[in-house]
Amino acid sequence: MATPLISIRHLSKAYRRGTQIIPVLVDISLDIDAGEFLALVGPSGSGKSTLLNCIAGIDTVDAGEILIGGTDIVTLSESALAAWRSRHVGFVFQFYNLIPVLSAQENVELPLLLTHLSARQRREHAAAALAAVNLSDRADHRPGQLSGGQQQRVAIARAIVTDPTIVVADEPTGDLDRQAADDVLALLDRLNDELGKTIIMVTHDPRAAAAARIIRQLDKGELHVAHPAHPEERL
Amino acid sequence: MLLIRLILKNAFRHRLRALLTILGVAVALTAFGLLRTVLDAWNSGVAASSASRLVTRNAISMTQSLPYAYKMRIRQVTGVETVAAGSWFGGIYIDEKHFFANLVVEAEDFFKLYPEIAAPPEQARAFIQDRKGALVGVQLAERFHWKLGDTITLRGTIYPGQWPMTIRAIYRAARPGFDETTLYFHWTYLDEALKKTMPQRAGQVGFFMIGIDDPSRAAAISKDIDALFINSQAETLTETEKAFQLGFVAMSSAILLALEIVSYVVILIILAVAANTMAMAARERAGEFAVLKTLGFGGGTLSLMLLGESMILSMSGAILGVAALTPITTLFARTLTQYFPVFDVSRETMLLGLGFGALVGVLAALVPAWRVRTLGIAAAFRRIG
Amino acid sequence: MAVPFAYSWRNLWTRRLTTALTAGGMALVVFVFTATLMLGEGLRQTLVATGSPDNAIVLRKGSETEVQSGVARDAASAITTRPEIATTADGRPLAAREAVVLLALTKKSTGKVSNVVVRGTEDASLPLRPQIRLVAGRLPRRGTFEVMVGENVAKGFAGAALGQALRFAKRDWPVVGVFSAGNTGFSSEIWGDVDQLLPAFGRRGFSVVIAGLRHPSDLAAFKNAVENDPRYEAEVWRETKYYEKQSEMMRKFLTVLGVALTAIFSLGAMIGAMITMYAAVASRVPEIGALRAMGFPRSGILLAFLLESLLLGGLGGLAGVGLAALLGFVTFSTINFQTFSELAFRFALTPGIILASLIFSLAMGVIGGFLPAVRAARMAIVDALRQG
Repeated sequence: MATPLISIRHLSKAYRRGTQIIPVLVDISLDIDAGEFLALVGPSGSGKSTLLNCIAGIDTVDAGEILIGGTDIVTLSESALAAWRSRHVGFVFQFYNLIPVLSAQENVELPLLLTHLSARQRREHAAAALAAVNLSDRADHRPGQLSGGQQQRVAIARAIVTDPTIVVADEPTGDLDRQAADDVLALLDRLNDELGKTIIMVTHDPRAAAAARIIRQLDKGELHVAHPAHPEERL
Repeated sequence: MLLIRLILKNAFRHRLRALLTILGVAVALTAFGLLRTVLDAWNSGVAASSASRLVTRNAISMTQSLPYAYKMRIRQVTGVETVAAGSWFGGIYIDEKHFFANLVVEAEDFFKLYPEIAAPPEQARAFIQDRKGALVGVQLAERFHWKLGDTITLRGTIYPGQWPMTIRAIYRAARPGFDETTLYFHWTYLDEALKKTMPQRAGQVGFFMIGIDDPSRAAAISKDIDALFINSQAETLTETEKAFQLGFVAMSSAILLALEIVSYVVILIILAVAANTMAMAARERAGEFAVLKTLGFGGGTLSLMLLGESMILSMSGAILGVAALTPITTLFARTLTQYFPVFDVSRETMLLGLGFGALVGVLAALVPAWRVRTLGIAAAFRRIG
Repeated sequence: MAVPFAYSWRNLWTRRLTTALTAGGMALVVFVFTATLMLGEGLRQTLVATGSPDNAIVLRKGSETEVQSGVARDAASAITTRPEIATTADGRPLAAREAVVLLALTKKSTGKVSNVVVRGTEDASLPLRPQIRLVAGRLPRRGTFEVMVGENVAKGFAGAALGQALRFAKRDWPVVGVFSAGNTGFSSEIWGDVDQLLPAFGRRGFSVVIAGLRHPSDLAAFKNAVENDPRYEAEVWRETKYYEKQSEMMRKFLTVLGVALTAIFSLGAMIGAMITMYAAVASRVPEIGALRAMGFPRSGILLAFLLESLLLGGLGGLAGVGLAALLGFVTFSTINFQTFSELAFRFALTPGIILASLIFSLAMGVIGGFLPAVRAARMAIVDALRQG
């Protein structure tokens, strides 16, 4: 079997409040293959979001290593990490976090500003990403003029426009009604299936979890045994 | 009352923003107070002048002189009690940076005219008896660390040469607001010297200070005095001391107007800062207000609450600003003493500062309070979602 | 790796009221700052232009102004024979013995009295001042009591218009001409025949001697000769230098007062900017988190917010300067503390002043916006995202 895209070994993280030590992640080891669609589930406070944040390079760890594409991101400095993220990670947030004063097109272009593409190339890539999420006709609209589902799709376009190594999604359907949620999940499924994007999703919505291929459960910072989202598939 | 506590809590909900607003208001109000104090200081001469004193000078301008011989004739006018001759000497002590007012006067009559100038009797006597003696204000003496018996020299500008003199008396103002930074010495000293060196300039004075018996007759007596000298070589212009001082102030009226305008500009700046804070606060809490309305709070009550918050912030700033005014004024007074001998914060200025603080508090809350009254509950909820 | 400019600019536009109030506060401060500088510059321009580098002015030693000065008749006449002085077409020295006295006239705008310079002149006085042109009426005739007045006097003082007569020293002095001296101090003067004015003012000696030098570099020799002659007790200045000194005290006073006041106000405006930017940062925390997550560096965030406050400062600056520029239409007339005489000058705007004002305004924006921008940049990504 090919080496996993992401290799996490003995990851630990704890919060210190005064003399109290509260463990958040306890000795987590995990492999994620390229092209996988993984859902991290667990009760509130289980550490799933923290694990996601660590993988995405936006939170620090106390011990362990996170190898992504051969790079142990735990060892990177802050500015190196920022540069790494711009090339390798696409983000989808629960509340979309689009820039209200920028149009949909401009929002999608944002991550491309961190590359060396020309203005014209940036526009083309952004237009392609918007087309992939079926929102080309809303390119000039501001987030305030879009529905929740549409905003999330713009966010997804933003997440894939740099062709990142992994896409992380933190509760992507948390703020959406059922129809919009289904649309978003279908989109993520397509991205994974047709474009081969590696997607790691945190959710407490069982429907969302069902859209993924593999489900891993966290409880009090510990990872449980993996099981497929669809029991009929083999691990 | 719960409402008051609520208002207080809301005002300081964003502690940093509240503190910054208070600070902004305070700083600007201090500037306002400083400006008003400068304006007051400019007018201090007017405030200190007396209605029972007249000033007679050459009708052409203050820079022309009058014959000393006029004194006899002025004394004979009905209603005139005391006449003291004097001139602006305009001497320089060390250099221009050490500027202070210096005049020559006829000492005995001058003391009679100015009970505000209070020097210990033995010093006053010593001054009168020494022709080269000098009478200095206590603030002036403190500024240059002069003591009784010190000899100082003035370099004449209008009357050239070096003029040494000995400090024989130090006076205090017997009335608050009277200048304590002037140096007086003897007109006879000047005149005797001029008789020897520039005889054509001897026997001349710059003005006569005149004490009258009945202040209500000031205008009439002034006319009588001027009538004496119509068609003579030097025609005179006599007016009350107050009118004379007002004339001085009016010469700089353009600057004073500019300062006044600027003081109101400052108020506008404060208003901008306060209104901004209130607008932000109101906008952020639109949802809250909607909730309160559903609970039954009327638009009027909510407006009052906003007004209360605005007043707390602006009045806190106003009190702070006015309180800071006195120490800051003292600081400025030391540097500005040569321009403004009297530099005190008046009670009026403090009240004005507080008043404007209150006005700003009301105005800043005006538009947000109006908006909250007319706030549609559904619209507000829609805005949050 | 910059956050786009549009981000900063559009955010200001979206919160228009706040932007207007904050920039408005800064505009007012800039207005006062610029106006003060304009006043000082106008004063300087007026007084510098009043003198000519070709002329020397002779005063009594130790006197600070023409009004205080006195030069005896024989001394004055002797001085005009000096070889450094140029000669006119008809062979006479280009020098004038003048008398300067202050006359109290009623100012139209205040109804109160102010001191106007009355200058007793000789034939050479006018050629010595090429800035002066007759604009109405005619020149006063020598040997008469006729006078001509500067534009500012005719406009600003009662009874001094063409065709009227001033009354002082027991007689009437008809105003037969009005002259313009551009933006110089002479526009605030009244000119007449020195031989008529001296006795009217009860004087025998002149106030000053104005000498036109053959060459500006002749000043040294002239100065040397006149100042070292024990008979004269005089001092000599180049005319331009003399007038420049006349404005020193006023300029210093205006500048110090104006700058001190502006410094204090600017604190208020900067606090206003700080409040606005803190609020801006607070309302955009999730976006900041998203931008950082995407890989934008902390410096990029810092610069984006600094740019926003810089734009605020820029808006305020432009508005403030624009407002102050309107003052260019206003003439400011007051008494010059140093000479005790009336002086009219304008608010003068120069490119240097515009630049200084804009820099000042931008600085206010940057200083006010600095701490909030730092707060935006220092946020931990996860904390910022949690606030969404």
